[in-house]
Amino acid sequence: MSILSVPRKSVSKLNVDRRYLPVLGTVVVFGLMLVIGGVRYENFLSPAVLSNLFINNAHLIVLAAGMTFVILTGGIDLSVGAVLALSSVITATMLNAGIPLSLVLPIAILSGSIIGLGMGVMIQYFEVQPFVATLAGMFLARGLCFIFAPESVPIRDEGFVALSSWGVSAGRWRLTAAVVIAVLVIAGSWWVLHRTRFGRTVYAVGGGEQSATLMGLRVARTKVVVYVISGTCAALGGILFAMFSRSGYALTGVGMELDAIAAVVIGGTLLVGGMGFILGSVVGVMVLGLIQTIITFEGTLSSWWTKIVIGGLLLIFVVLQRILTLRRN
Amino acid sequence: MIDSTPMSRTEEITVQHSPTTKPIVQMAGISVEFPGVKALDNVGFRLFPGEVHALMGENGAGKSTLIKALTGVNPIASGTITVNGNDTRFTGPADARERGISTVYQEVNLCTNLTVAENIMLGSEPRRFGGLDWRTMRRQAQTYLERMGLKIDPASSLGSHSLAVQQLVAISRAMVVDAKVLILDEPTSSLDTDEVAQLFEVMRKLRDDGVAILFVSHFLDQIYAIADRITVLRNGQLVEEREKDQLPQRELVSLMIAGTSDAQVGGANERTAATERAADAEPLLQAVGLGRKGAVQPFDLDLYPGEVIGLAGLLGSGRTELARLFYGADKADDGVIKLGGKPVKLRTPRQALGRKIAYTSEDRKGEGVVGELTVAENIILGLQAARGWIRPLPKTKATQIVDAYIKALGVRPANPNALLKNLSGGNQQKVLLARWLATAPKLLLLDEPTRGIDIGAKTEIMNLVSELAEQGMSVVFISAELEEVLRLSDRIVVMRDHAKVAEIPSTPDVDVPRLIEIIATGEENK
Repeated sequence: MSILSVPRKSVSKLNVDRRYLPVLGTVVVFGLMLVIGGVRYENFLSPAVLSNLFINNAHLIVLAAGMTFVILTGGIDLSVGAVLALSSVITATMLNAGIPLSLVLPIAILSGSIIGLGMGVMIQYFEVQPFVATLAGMFLARGLCFIFAPESVPIRDEGFVALSSWGVSAGRWRLTAAVVIAVLVIAGSWWVLHRTRFGRTVYAVGGGEQSATLMGLRVARTKVVVYVISGTCAALGGILFAMFSRSGYALTGVGMELDAIAAVVIGGTLLVGGMGFILGSVVGVMVLGLIQTIITFEGTLSSWWTKIVIGGLLLIFVVLQRILTLRRN
Repeated sequence: MIDSTPMSRTEEITVQHSPTTKPIVQMAGISVEFPGVKALDNVGFRLFPGEVHALMGENGAGKSTLIKALTGVNPIASGTITVNGNDTRFTGPADARERGISTVYQEVNLCTNLTVAENIMLGSEPRRFGGLDWRTMRRQAQTYLERMGLKIDPASSLGSHSLAVQQLVAISRAMVVDAKVLILDEPTSSLDTDEVAQLFEVMRKLRDDGVAILFVSHFLDQIYAIADRITVLRNGQLVEEREKDQLPQRELVSLMIAGTSDAQVGGANERTAATERAADAEPLLQAVGLGRKGAVQPFDLDLYPGEVIGLAGLLGSGRTELARLFYGADKADDGVIKLGGKPVKLRTPRQALGRKIAYTSEDRKGEGVVGELTVAENIILGLQAARGWIRPLPKTKATQIVDAYIKALGVRPANPNALLKNLSGGNQQKVLLARWLATAPKLLLLDEPTRGIDIGAKTEIMNLVSELAEQGMSVVFISAELEEVLRLSDRIVVMRDHAKVAEIPSTPDVDVPRLIEIIATGEENK
């Protein structure tokens, strides 16, 4: 009896559930960076800088939210950067053609959902590896961008400009429409992941697809839907990016899928799936943003240092995850 | 010699158990066919409420197939399944589960990354405001856990608990849908004694609540500790259904192995220890206190050149595990292996191959043949591996070797360029043998080389083994067929519950009943 009632000792003596360890690691890194920045540079911890952290990265937050769903099932989505570009290009060209905003935005978002659906069906029903299927999706979306508009298209639609310049200020704190949308996406994602059977199935699939099937959960549908969610989020991200840059350009977001994946991984989500949190991904994006901010503040460093630091961090986090999973088994 | 096909006894079985209740599950005339194989042949099976019913049989007897036929995983070719008196066909485990038949597999099929509560409740979880109601979910999970006698936190993650607890959580999950029938497919294979006791306690409780439990295990002692009734399958056919009290252990083993309740029929011992080894013969290989936790208890065994050692024992008794230790496929954590009197390290198959030890797996498809390669390529594979990839085998020499073995072993079709997957099981086995023989091993470990192949090929392979031994090779021969072991071996080692229980020379007075006696009792009473 006693053998059975005592669970194996938890990793840390603080009695923290090991599921939270990777996320806690990210939060600690984030805190350390804030402290270091605050000590080294004047005005680093100012409301303007912190507000901009969110404003500049709103699109990446939305991208990372969709990516979290996919990675939690143990998949990957390489198409998000290209889908983001496609959606921004669709938005720009259609608005300039005089199509009303209320029609353009749904169409742009739907373009992402459809590409996501196509990839999800390929992955689930034709058993194409996610890497390959989404790589195909990436090329498709990027190619379509050039069919719509090979050059950068500035957006002059009044409604869209008004939407993108909308914001609330409190002192030197600032909040834009894009940030509000990003926050809503995060809240919605959290609710879906933690409060619905679909969300728990996402975790279950990542924990063991066969087990989830034998538990009678709807695995096939779930695996398709996560790619639809990711595609939709990427398209929404494209609109946010268009709001940020007031234009649509076929070459935006090249490599942004890797930023999104990096943010999710640094945010503590296991690449093998089944473990991770949406809020971790948000912190992951913030860490990426802070690295950029710190390098800007440093002034003398080339912006490529951002990539080097992200690469280093990513390596550390992936190794940490590996150690955690190895200890789990 | 015992007739190796069991009698069709479906009609002969008399109802010894005359319960007042009707069976909750009744399967009649069930046949399941896979391409080229009849996995189940006209099998009947009944399960009553409030009983623990053990399903027994050796490898390939059809236990898993019967369970899969019941739960709708495998389609049945003919026969009827009635549940509660109604004709039923399930579309799959999920469908069966919804209608009261839950299965718990040997490998716990739950998600270790989710909480205990989720693993129990997902699929029938309580909701509030359109979302999951975690608090109610944990509370409900708690009540199910308490029924199992488990005092664990439902909010903890499943992966933080031992396999035994996970097993019980899996049963809790089955209880959520108010299962009337619980199928436990080898739930005890990875549990220790205390954990098994706990599981049995739960099983008794459920039985007393009227749940019908179908229990599969390879451990005879466990069967006799928990089961009320026993059904024995052999080679896809029903052999016997009887109450436990009326089925002595010895008879059960006899039924499982030979298909008759009293294996008094012959059992002639052809290859006796006639080839007396010289008194000063040096053993080729010696195992001293060799063992591996959870696989084989420490044992001593000497292997001599020119001798065939037969390994007898039930499935899961440690036969294969013993052979794998000699091959380095599993690492021994106890004892030493001596080669020519000197201790050697055999930690990987590569090291074993370097010492001229070869092993053919019982899992021919998974671990042996490469179906997509040709016969010739399969034969050369082992030899080439031994040479290393830098020194390819000269083509003419390869052709010579391949032709010689195809001829010597009578591989049919005798076409070196045929794809191996297109050959019959027996011929695949010959090719596999040829592969190892080409490396000229001193010790050949054969794990069930005769399983699933036709009589003709069987005889050929056994004759070949005999010849090889006469040429001075040391052979370890594993087979579920006791008469084969008797026929071929110079010495017989009997395994039971992961331990070597006897080592007897194959003298003419040793026959099948004698072996069954030892397997059933674990005692070598002379």
